Amino acid sequence: MKIPYYPGCTLKTKAKDLEDSAIAAAKVLDIEMEELPRWNCCGTVYSLASDDLIHQVGSIRNLVRVKEQGANQVVTLCSMCYNTLKRANEFFLADEEKQDRINRYMDEEIDYTGDVAVVHLLEILRDEVGMEKIKAAVKKPLTGLKVSPYYGCMLLRPASIGIDNTERPTVMEDLLRALGAEVIDDPYKTECCGAYQTVNRKDVVVTCVHSILTSAQRNGAEVIALSCPLCDFNLDNRQKDILQTYKGFHPIPVLYFTQLMAIAFGLDESVCRFELSYNDPRPLLKSKGLIE
Amino acid sequence: MKIRLSRENVRGEFVKKVEMISGEDLLKCYQCGKCSAGCPAAFEMDILPSHVIRLAQMGQEEELSKVNSYWICLSCQTCTVRCPRGVDIAKIMEALRLVTLRQKNQNKVEATALPTELLAELPQIAIVSNLRKMSG
Ligand code: SF4
Ligand code: SF4
Ligand code: SF4
Ligand code: SF4
Repeated sequence: MKIPYYPGCTLKTKAKDLEDSAIAAAKVLDIEMEELPRWNCCGTVYSLASDDLIHQVGSIRNLVRVKEQGANQVVTLCSMCYNTLKRANEFFLADEEKQDRINRYMDEEIDYTGDVAVVHLLEILRDEVGMEKIKAAVKKPLTGLKVSPYYGCMLLRPASIGIDNTERPTVMEDLLRALGAEVIDDPYKTECCGAYQTVNRKDVVVTCVHSILTSAQRNGAEVIALSCPLCDFNLDNRQKDILQTYKGFHPIPVLYFTQLMAIAFGLDESVCRFELSYNDPRPLLKSKGLIE
Repeated sequence: MKIRLSRENVRGEFVKKVEMISGEDLLKCYQCGKCSAGCPAAFEMDILPSHVIRLAQMGQEEELSKVNSYWICLSCQTCTVRCPRGVDIAKIMEALRLVTLRQKNQNKVEATALPTELLAELPQIAIVSNLRKMSG
């Protein structure tokens, strides 16, 4: 299947590892993710103000770009892009007067009617491909690799747009099991990493992330799997700051779920772009015989 | 903390403004505290999320202007999905930020003041999201 793909800006720079591994792994499952020829920043965070229309325009414009491709569905990889685009569509659908104002403001674009479905790659893997087909595509099962999935917030909350149960999601667990990994059930998997406080209050992020990582480690995790470049920065790069506050902390590698798919599908290591990780995951993967 | 209750406060402009921006009915909250119990950032807040809602219900603009709670809020929506009364607390936190940010020169973070080394280190997603929440 072919599906229009909205990357968002971080996937073109610091999260190239997410984009490259996702596109390559999806191809193995006959999913062609076709980048929208034109797109703009979604705004990163959904505006929570009911009277703020201007911050919905960027997202709605991206949905218009999907319509221009003759499509009714768009796939995202970044959890925050997913959340922002999907909630913007919900906001738009809820109020006809606001629809009219947004459409009149976007005077160059065709009028939008709210009919683009925003989906995350994890939903396609679960609902369209199915775990059986994923299992069948595995060439190098992740046997013995203890992976703790981390959802964060934006894939799950609020419930109206969540891809899974808000408190007990299982989609990443099912995927990782299909890849042959040993899944660690960690109670902190839906706890926020501290998000945008990483800019001016990184101490808040350090406390949040320390709780998340040490909980996963206590439960036996050797590596964390996630889907958001902001979670990734906070869980991976901020370990440098965690080490300064918590002396006994042991670093742990953090990967995108798509990198684990690429490895399990036996793809060339270069699509994983491991050099972009702060904590190099290669020694662990080598010790498990998963990469050369 | 001294709290003066009056009809002017409880039915005042501030309450109307917060309710208008958030789209939420403040009086729906019955102070069970569940939002505070699950808030991952409560450890750093001056007062808990449920206390923020209580002060807002009573129109305590002055007291609220002194607390850091809604600037520490992560917009993680944990409170929102758990509130037994269906209050979208994250929206009220946003409204309280906006009451300040919509005034002139009230930014919490200035893009131009961020050090170059920090900007080089951070992914765009961090910079954009922070400035969207911390500046007007
Ligand atoms: S949200 Fe980021 S990653 Fe998504 S497009 Fe906008 S700033 Fe970028
Ligand atoms: S955990 Fe943190 S970065 Fe990730 S989705 Fe939540 S707020 Fe975003
Ligand atoms: S969970 Fe809801 S009802 Fe309970 S204190 Fe918080 S806002 Fe009020
Ligand atoms: S949205 Fe804000 S107040 Fe609510 S739980 Fe998250 S950090 Fe706490």
